[in-house]
Amino acid sequence: MDAILLQILNGLDKGSAYALIALGLTLIFGTLGVVNFAHGALFMIGAFCAVTLQRLLSLSYVTIDETRTDFLGNPLKVKTPYVESWFGPEIGQALIDWSVPLSILFAIPVMVGLGFLIERGLIKHFYKRPHADQILVTFGLAIVLQEIVKFIYGANPIPTPAPEAFSGSFDFGVLIGFEPNAIIYPYWRMIYFVFALIIIGAVFAFLRFTTFGMVVRAGMADRETVGLLGINIDRRFTIMFGVAAAVAGLAGVMYTPINSPNYHMGMDFLVLSFVVVVVGGMGSLPGAVLAGFLLGILESFASMNEVKSIVPGIDQIIIYLVAIVILLTRPRGLMGRKGVMEE
Amino acid sequence: MSKTKLTRRGVLKTGAAAGTGLALPTIFTGAAWSASDTGFTNAPTGPTVTLGFNVPQSGPYADEGADELRAYMLAVEHLNGEGDGGMLNSFSSKALNGTGILGKKVEYVTGDTQTKSDAARASARSMIEKDGAIMITGGSSSGVAIAVQGLCQEAGVIFMAGLTHSNDTTGKDKKANGFRHFFNAYMSGAALAPVLAKRYGTDRKAYHLTADYTWGWTQEESIRAATEALGWETVNTVKTPLSATDFSSYIAPVLNSGADVLILNHYGGNMVNSLTNAVQFGLRDKIVNGKKFEIVVPLYSRLMAQGAGENVKGILGTTNWHWTLDRPGTKEFVQSFGKKYGRPPSQAAHTCYVQTLLYADAVQRAGSFNPCAVVEALEGFEFDGMGNGPTLYRADDHQCFKDVLVVQGKENPTSEFDLLEIVDITPVEQVTYPPDHPMFAGGDLGTCNPGA
Amino acid sequence: MLGLNKRDTRFLLIVIALTLLTPFILQPFPEGSALAQFNAGYPDLMQRIAIFGIFAIGFNILFGLTGYLSFGHAAFLGVGSYSVVWMYKLLDYNVLPGLVLAIITSGLFALAIGYLSLRRSGIYFSILTLAFAQMSFNLAYSVLTPITNGETGLQVYTSDPQYLMSEGEPITPHLFGLVMNESYKLNLGGWVFTFNIGYYFTAVIAILAFYLSLRIFRSPFGLMLRAVKSNQTRLNYTGLNARPYTLAAFVISGMYAGLAGGLLAAMDPLAGAERMQWTESGAVVIMTILGGAGTLMGPVLGAGFIKYLEKIFSKINENVLEGWFSFLPEPLREVVVWIFSRFTGEGWALTLGLMFMLVVIFLPGGLMEGGERIRNLIRRKKNKPGDGASPDGTPAE
Repeated sequence: MDAILLQILNGLDKGSAYALIALGLTLIFGTLGVVNFAHGALFMIGAFCAVTLQRLLSLSYVTIDETRTDFLGNPLKVKTPYVESWFGPEIGQALIDWSVPLSILFAIPVMVGLGFLIERGLIKHFYKRPHADQILVTFGLAIVLQEIVKFIYGANPIPTPAPEAFSGSFDFGVLIGFEPNAIIYPYWRMIYFVFALIIIGAVFAFLRFTTFGMVVRAGMADRETVGLLGINIDRRFTIMFGVAAAVAGLAGVMYTPINSPNYHMGMDFLVLSFVVVVVGGMGSLPGAVLAGFLLGILESFASMNEVKSIVPGIDQIIIYLVAIVILLTRPRGLMGRKGVMEE
Repeated sequence: MSKTKLTRRGVLKTGAAAGTGLALPTIFTGAAWSASDTGFTNAPTGPTVTLGFNVPQSGPYADEGADELRAYMLAVEHLNGEGDGGMLNSFSSKALNGTGILGKKVEYVTGDTQTKSDAARASARSMIEKDGAIMITGGSSSGVAIAVQGLCQEAGVIFMAGLTHSNDTTGKDKKANGFRHFFNAYMSGAALAPVLAKRYGTDRKAYHLTADYTWGWTQEESIRAATEALGWETVNTVKTPLSATDFSSYIAPVLNSGADVLILNHYGGNMVNSLTNAVQFGLRDKIVNGKKFEIVVPLYSRLMAQGAGENVKGILGTTNWHWTLDRPGTKEFVQSFGKKYGRPPSQAAHTCYVQTLLYADAVQRAGSFNPCAVVEALEGFEFDGMGNGPTLYRADDHQCFKDVLVVQGKENPTSEFDLLEIVDITPVEQVTYPPDHPMFAGGDLGTCNPGA
Repeated sequence: MLGLNKRDTRFLLIVIALTLLTPFILQPFPEGSALAQFNAGYPDLMQRIAIFGIFAIGFNILFGLTGYLSFGHAAFLGVGSYSVVWMYKLLDYNVLPGLVLAIITSGLFALAIGYLSLRRSGIYFSILTLAFAQMSFNLAYSVLTPITNGETGLQVYTSDPQYLMSEGEPITPHLFGLVMNESYKLNLGGWVFTFNIGYYFTAVIAILAFYLSLRIFRSPFGLMLRAVKSNQTRLNYTGLNARPYTLAAFVISGMYAGLAGGLLAAMDPLAGAERMQWTESGAVVIMTILGGAGTLMGPVLGAGFIKYLEKIFSKINENVLEGWFSFLPEPLREVVVWIFSRFTGEGWALTLGLMFMLVVIFLPGGLMEGGERIRNLIRRKKNKPGDGASPDGTPAE
């Protein structure tokens, strides 16, 4: 029982990442009809926003400590971050410590701006082109973004720890009456899950309760008619692309303490997020979220030793197996709409 | 026709080509791998000799590859008598004199393995076929090393392995044309065991997480054998997919299993993530079976330690070499490398640099570039002054035997490169095994292949 | 000739000539010159271009004609490779039994995967094929290691049975004694041309593969497939069931992929699991689109283009660049070398990504359209001398 509960919890935070990426991808699919292979790269750029802010806050000036030597035998250069000298060591340290949550504020304008830039500069020209061309151009863009990040930050993962206050884990099992150590759960994963729920809720509320959202939803359903009504749908679609980029970016920012980001993390998530979106059903936002959590939880279950001893290697293929079963039993995924991306 | 090089063979060939076009290629007296009449592949005829440096430049190990390349360029510099000479000053063999190899200036070509055996082989083939490389070296994973080693055996060139830790490289998949300076999984286990016993006692319960591919399995097997010999109990061994990025669902059940040590048989990005996740789950703060819970990472590298950040502090593992190791050659190399690139070399850089020098030295001593002569010169070669202390290239399997370092993550690093500290040096006798040890069985060195 | 009309016959002859003369075409610069770095006429690359050409030609039969975008063709590539290496292990180094087996096994795989995947269309189909291929890859890398030798890749060991192995038989892949990695070198002036048996073997197969696809494109079957692409619903209303046709196309293209995979192992006796990864499936999609989907020559051009860029650009390191720009004064040289090295050597992927974007933005029909435009430009020049440069390049939309 406790083992199952444990894996549900683990599935939730895995699912959170899947759901957030899939949500943005579906927004772009659904509103713009574009297959965006650069979406994983946007997730990665978001994560590197956190790295960048961490680096900016840690910008240091060098003083020479004559008493110690470095590996070449020269006097050791000691680095002191500017923020520490400006705000005093305590506030400075705290700022660096909290760089990941602070990056949310930094990432939103960066990601929205990048989204606008990509949509206006590139994607706009590809609305009427075949999906194959969209794949090629966005894949090319993903490689370019990836290589730029690799050039600046190298290929090695970069540690971006959570604030000291949220490191470590708490014993969830004791709260609900299990043995100690039966169900432990890291604080930051809990935060990630809550954060994902907030973002998902915000996106849904935005589409549901604002006029802007209503127009976009109408545009998703029937773009031409909306255009005929004299509504400038293009501008709204640009904004939607920015929103989708921001969602992917924020998912990346908050993911950095869970796993150290590296330049190809986007490609690792790209295929998976496409599977999630399609399993959820094309053009369905609730479908994408549902599929994200479903696949996350199933993946966690499949990695249980009890399951693996029955079907060896099941954790290697579970996502794809589930995708196949769902797509063969439900023609348009879990909640897909007819006619979207079916031709 | 007037522009043709007028050698006898040239005339014959052009004549045939002009006369019959492509219809009768059998007229040419050709041979595999573009050999001339010298008896071996890519025999250098001009004033230069070309080496092929095949390292990952894209993919997860690109930084490691970049460091390897730095070491290779430094080695070439030293061989050609530029710079301060580095380890040539401390190397016990004095055959090399800074005039290249056998008086030929050393040139090099580079290629990208992409950490895929396919791409690595294609890259190595282009070096052999297009650039006339006489020796291939590099790589940062065992799959790639084994694949390229097999290719070099077929092509008749020497392969000096870079970073490859699997037992198979000089075990099941050993080849006469291939040589490994780096240590292996068996040695990691043998070196780590005494330190583990000293630190954590002999009554421990271990839980293994293992990357689900060949290298992971050989390491798990080696570490398991070594720790069980101490009296440790192995509670469970769980395979994790190579593509896994989040290890939470594998780590969460560990605490509940009754184990009090977690052994991570992961490398590169896998290791960075699994260690980060394990620390996140607070494993290291727990007390299980009345003992403090411990994590062990049998194979360490500085780049991985950099990626895992704070999480490596106090965690035990092994390395082939470290720049703080006080042995003849280390200082020369670190100075030389540090002055040129502004950073200390990684263990990958070290092994690649040493391999290049060892190859050059073997050619010099053999007096020939012929792979079979090189093999003979390297087999059973004993040397010192390369940073590891006295070392033997064993003839039976072309594996180097030397002391192995046990290291741990440093508590108070003074710089971004100062992440590991040496805990113990396990002497070579304790990590030596017979060539027919079961973990290395099934392979056949074969005979050296000089190509055409 | 051969059941082709005059135009197609001429086309085929041009293709044959280009293929056979590849060792010359890819070796335009004399040995030892600075530009020799750009020569690509060495066996491995020529073989790879021909093999991936076959892969892309086959893929185009499915994608170019029916519009079904498979993201799982790498699985068949891998299956083909494994088949060939297994035949080496069991029989001997003759490539023929392995290639036959590769076509058969990949055909069976394609039949099974295609039968299930073709129940859906559009992106649902793409994801189904992707899922099947990724499952194959993950299993081949781990659980199926006894069959695939996992990470290391399947290779021949001296302990393998090799029942048909006879005394004195070559111990590298060969066709009845013709050893694949054997080459003949021709020195002409400063030029060195390499004629490799393996390349000509793949080239002949590539020509046959091309001829077959030409026939399929021109056949009633091909017409039916095009009908599937333009409007499947309408086709269904006419009482025709399109599924058997698309399935046939899927299986044929799967067999092409299997043949290509088999040839990879025939040139170099190793089969790695990475061949089944989605990046390889993606690569063939990109080769096809880059060259021009639906055209006959496009996919081959795309395959050559990508393989050339990957293999040649990744080898241009800073040392080579230093050599090229040695005529420049010191500070300027450093800047120029720095800029160039962002795009070559370890930066080759950046060039690849940029090329994808540029081609698809400015040449919507792929490289084939680029060729077409150049031809039109020349023709126009011929017709109207003086009216030279016309503003070319339609906007991206």
